[in-house]
Amino acid sequence: MRWTKKDLLGMKDLSADEIRLILDTADSFMEVSTREIKKVPTLRGKTVVNLFFEASTRTRTSFEIAAKRLSADAVNISASASSVVKGETLIDTARNLEAMNPDIIVIRHSAAGSPHILARCVKQSIINAGDGAHEHPTQALLDMMTIRQKKGKIAGLKIAIIGDIAHSRVARSNIHGLNAMGAKVAVGGPATMMPREIERLGVTVHHNIEDTIRGADIIMMLRVQIERKAICLFPSLREYAKFFCLDRDRIRNAKEDVIIMHPGPINRGVEISPEVADGPYSVILDQVANGVAVRMALLYLLAGGSS
Amino acid sequence: MKHGSRDKGQKEIRKKVVMDEEGIDRALTRIAYEILEKNKGVENLVLVGIQTGGVFLARRLSGKILSIENAQVPCGILDITLYRDDVLKKRQRPMLGKTDIPFSLEDRKVVLVDDVLFTGRTVRAAMDALIDFGRPRLIQLAVLVDRGHRELPIRADFVGKNLPSSLWEAVSVHLTEKTGTDEVVIEQETG
Repeated sequence: MRWTKKDLLGMKDLSADEIRLILDTADSFMEVSTREIKKVPTLRGKTVVNLFFEASTRTRTSFEIAAKRLSADAVNISASASSVVKGETLIDTARNLEAMNPDIIVIRHSAAGSPHILARCVKQSIINAGDGAHEHPTQALLDMMTIRQKKGKIAGLKIAIIGDIAHSRVARSNIHGLNAMGAKVAVGGPATMMPREIERLGVTVHHNIEDTIRGADIIMMLRVQIERKAICLFPSLREYAKFFCLDRDRIRNAKEDVIIMHPGPINRGVEISPEVADGPYSVILDQVANGVAVRMALLYLLAGGSS
Repeated sequence: MKHGSRDKGQKEIRKKVVMDEEGIDRALTRIAYEILEKNKGVENLVLVGIQTGGVFLARRLSGKILSIENAQVPCGILDITLYRDDVLKKRQRPMLGKTDIPFSLEDRKVVLVDDVLFTGRTVRAAMDALIDFGRPRLIQLAVLVDRGHRELPIRADFVGKNLPSSLWEAVSVHLTEKTGTDEVVIEQETG
């Protein structure tokens, strides 16, 4: 299996073999981050632009560290500090960046499809680091890497995703990827956060947390996106927590060896209780560590050759 | 009308076995003794095998040293892909293997082990990689086969067999751990 795509735009476009190639490559990169000299010369002379139109600490830092550990040069551009505030369009920004000849552009944007537009109008490889409520493929890949690490496989596992499914790019990317790898996905959340016809993506739908996590091997809690006015979708944070917060009592519905995941940043006491977030089932920090390895793997696979 | 004999599908591969199971085993036994002689024992000694053939050979050498000196020599695995000088030359990236060196190389005597020494580029990459794991006291090179045609100023300290070969021949080391048989073969396309 060899990688042949120019861009990574979404999990929907990836085959099981391509996902496996990325995860295997990422497994090999784990070791680099444990060395005393955490750097390999592989992408010397390559330039990675992190073009972030939305706030991000984890993802942007993770991409930056990944690029630097591969000896690539990383340049960070955030919307507030760029000519976007002067009214430049996305395509003009991209063409200007293209003229400076970087090799890979990582983009996060609040509008779904932005990375796809870029991929069509510039020759550089594009990595989608989150586009609106559409996809967040690198998050899904690091989630799947964590699952494989902890459970030894993905196929056949039961995975519960709970929260604002309608507005979650993490949920959508994970559903596509996990289905491709043969897992069984159940989604749960308040009716106002459940998109119509979500069943057509191949998931089972529940409206309470207990049913969603019953018998689950993995529970993925989604963040309540307070900044995106999620508050309109339910009466109060307290009410949301009352019905959907993952606490110690509710975990008992899942399998005994369940692991708990969260894409971060967590709202303690809203979607997840502190004792669960910091507890023995939680693999939240493993996810972050694996994120660097997954992004190193993608930069490696996408870095263009001379021919 | 008969078809001419120039038919392109008629290429044959001529195969010649140049080392068999016993030959490989004797060569490794000798190399194990030579390593011990040159380093005056096992003190500070570590073996690092280059993926994939060198890994099996390093394990076998470690087993032989164990039976000679009754001492366990640490054995590491090195994948050199990330240090290759042609890693970005092709359109597709080569597959990555695992690197596993669970001990410090600081001030150790490192014996790098590979199956075939050819251009020397793999060994160059391996030495760069090793130095990222600490500053070894010294690095020595053990190979089962040296087939010549160096493109860099590199030579082996321990050689199983010198095998002068032409550039049109392929030298393959088959090991039981990987392919089920122990043999070194020279293959050449004819026809």
